[in-house]
Amino acid sequence: MSFKMAQISLVSRHREVYEPCDDSFALVDALLADRNNLLEHHPTLCMEVGCGSGYIITSLALMLGQKAAGVHYIATDVNPHAVRVTNETLEAHGVHAELLATDIASGLEMRLAGLVDVMVVNPPYVPTPQDEVGREGIASAWAGGENGRRVIDKILPIADNLLSDKGWLYMVMLTANNPSEICLQMREKGYAARIVIQRSTEEESLHVIKFWREFNTQSRSKEMMTANKTVPARVMQESLVSQFPKSDIFSHGS
Amino acid sequence: MRLLTHNMLSSNIKGVANGFPFRIDVEKVVEKKVDFNAGFLRNIFPKVEWKAFVDAARTMGYPELPEEADSSLLDSDEFLTKFHHGLLELHLEEGALICPETGRRFPVNKGIPNMLLHEDEV
Repeated sequence: MSFKMAQISLVSRHREVYEPCDDSFALVDALLADRNNLLEHHPTLCMEVGCGSGYIITSLALMLGQKAAGVHYIATDVNPHAVRVTNETLEAHGVHAELLATDIASGLEMRLAGLVDVMVVNPPYVPTPQDEVGREGIASAWAGGENGRRVIDKILPIADNLLSDKGWLYMVMLTANNPSEICLQMREKGYAARIVIQRSTEEESLHVIKFWREFNTQSRSKEMMTANKTVPARVMQESLVSQFPKSDIFSHGS
Repeated sequence: MRLLTHNMLSSNIKGVANGFPFRIDVEKVVEKKVDFNAGFLRNIFPKVEWKAFVDAARTMGYPELPEEADSSLLDSDEFLTKFHHGLLELHLEEGALICPETGRRFPVNKGIPNMLLHEDEV
């Protein structure tokens, strides 16, 4: 069995757990597109926040390899059913990740700080009424509160804390989440960003964005080569930001 | 749950000052072979809280680790083999992690710790 990503037929299910969907596939496609960079990056610890069915962490473990590769995987979900389902999905594919039922990374934040080399997140990004956020069960997979940002905004500083100096963060977001604002906020924390994948439907655009600490000039030039751009990082950052249509904050009002 | 994970977990209960390391209540330990990778072990060694690791391994039924360890041991195959075994191959399948300050039990089922807090603990 040498799959490069999880097989839908082997992904486990539960009525309270989010099944792989367009956003899951987009994130896995983004990771596959960046696979060579990821392999050369030699990550030691990779982490997924919000593992759901396990489709993404399983795919990541398959594409980076596990046997003798020296990479270890951790995944968390606030929904205990999701963690159990992820366990089954991992097992069905013959790969392993350490799993925790917890809120984002609660319990890991002190000791794992600065150790995570790759973090992947498909967060609950759907704009919803505030009281839908933090409910138990499957709603925790999508309910994102105002502009769908409630959980994303909780995750970002935690990611910043956990990521190593060479850490990379891949995150899925909608245009409604105001990605340019997110990129600017991350810029202030010292991260550069680029869109790895963008998919549009009539209603919405889905983006998979990669963040990395930009004091690392070696990674900057690698990222620019991957993105086929030769402009300096700062100009690229600005052109990236200008690619997002300015979303009217109230246009997705709940 | 591997001991590597145990070494990275600390009690997240509100107000707890000394939440590391968790005590372990062992009900079932499973050994699962993992391919040896010296590079990974050398990378992770400086991050491991050694005393917590040795104590936890002993609780899980593996007393072979040296009480103290420094990086010079990383040249020893014998040491690396024991380090590898304790850190990655011993799994707590069933049991609990116990907050060292409050005694609160965090259950571990099918190898998965449940760290979710109640409302009054956040």
